[in-house]
Amino acid sequence: MSRYSRHISLKEIGIAGQDKINTSKVLVIGAGGLGCPTLQYLVAAGVGTIGIVDFDVVDVSNLQRQILFGTSSIGKNKAEVAKEVLRHLNPTIQINAYSEKLTPKTVVAIIEPYDIVVDATDNFASRYLINDATVLLEKPLVYGAIYKFEGQVTVFNYKNGPSYRCVFPNPPQKGTMPNCSEVGVLGVLPGIIGTMQANEVLKIILNIGKTLSGKLYCFNALTNQSNTIGVSRNEDQITKVKNRGPHFEVLDDSFFCASNASEITIENTINQDIQNIDVRELNEQPRMTFNDLLEIPLGELPNKIEAISKVKKIVVFCQSGIRSHQAVTLLNEHNISNCYSLKHGVSAFEELGNTEVYAERSQSNKTVSKRT
Amino acid sequence: MQIEVKYFGMLAEITDCNTEQLVISSQDVSGLKEALLDKYPDFKNKDFRIAQNQELVADTALLTGQEIAVLPPFAGG
Repeated sequence: MSRYSRHISLKEIGIAGQDKINTSKVLVIGAGGLGCPTLQYLVAAGVGTIGIVDFDVVDVSNLQRQILFGTSSIGKNKAEVAKEVLRHLNPTIQINAYSEKLTPKTVVAIIEPYDIVVDATDNFASRYLINDATVLLEKPLVYGAIYKFEGQVTVFNYKNGPSYRCVFPNPPQKGTMPNCSEVGVLGVLPGIIGTMQANEVLKIILNIGKTLSGKLYCFNALTNQSNTIGVSRNEDQITKVKNRGPHFEVLDDSFFCASNASEITIENTINQDIQNIDVRELNEQPRMTFNDLLEIPLGELPNKIEAISKVKKIVVFCQSGIRSHQAVTLLNEHNISNCYSLKHGVSAFEELGNTEVYAERSQSNKTVSKRT
Repeated sequence: MQIEVKYFGMLAEITDCNTEQLVISSQDVSGLKEALLDKYPDFKNKDFRIAQNQELVADTALLTGQEIAVLPPFAGG
């Protein structure tokens, strides 16, 4: 037990506490930015049985934050590589790798043998599936999520506390989230949030201190500000999930992300014969002044389809790239297929400012005949 | 009444600030949501929950708090 002597010498843990850790079973779903640090600390702490679920393979762009992996891991399954690395850290525990996608059909069988589940996934489809399965199986769920410089941590389904659906009852509406796979993230942020998740797991196992059950902890790495928001249990949401039983909602994650197929970067719009459409409200600033520019707020777009060119490439923009994505979907429905949503919205122009590129773009637009 | 509003995640990108002071005439949370949608059209179709004095509240709740937080879901990992 000398491996755990610094735990045992804490009176809050002791030999009895370390025994609890050594006999506990924790499932970590997602071996990415959040999962790597969570796994590392739980394995080091001696959690008796660890499950790792991840169907994905290591990509070079993961290495900036997914600290269990090295350059030689690229192309290999994350759950398998994590298991191998962690086995060296602590060969005394049982590690199970599940190199498969969690689905509504497999989720119960995978979760059932474990005492505590850690949600370290990166998409809404998995998060709602894991929530519903842990509500049904009455397993504590340690939740962490990140966005750029911000993170959230909380504990669900613990000691009669709330669930994920008590915070956000339903998945986001289609096309309302920014492009998931391309969102940047400060590498150290999942390290902080994942480590906090490991801390919550250990407090649950040991039954010491106060967990974040009923409290959504929000951390901003840029400002170091943290906010803890109280969350109440919503019986209606819990009952709804329990009544549905193991017939889980089937969600496709591509559903939530603005798809990149119809997205275009500003660099790819230069020197082309393009009709631009600004779908912002007319009072939104800054206004753009290209020659071939239509200003049609999104709400009016269905009534102004005939004003849109059928021959030119169409680039739609708004403030941030979300409404323009909705506009592209709408234009597609009206059989206008050569249209794209400008990535980053109007700020893409702002970044270019009055640079050459911007001038070239205006120039190129001047050479085409004006819209009638 | 004057309230302090904190924005999180992608909503703070739309507002271009983390915190601001707003003068709100509405009495309840749904009125506050409408005022936010008026001020920030890009909030349209965005999911978010409102917390008042560090507690999540329903749309029907009365606005009594001085401190409001506007929380979007996010899923990164």
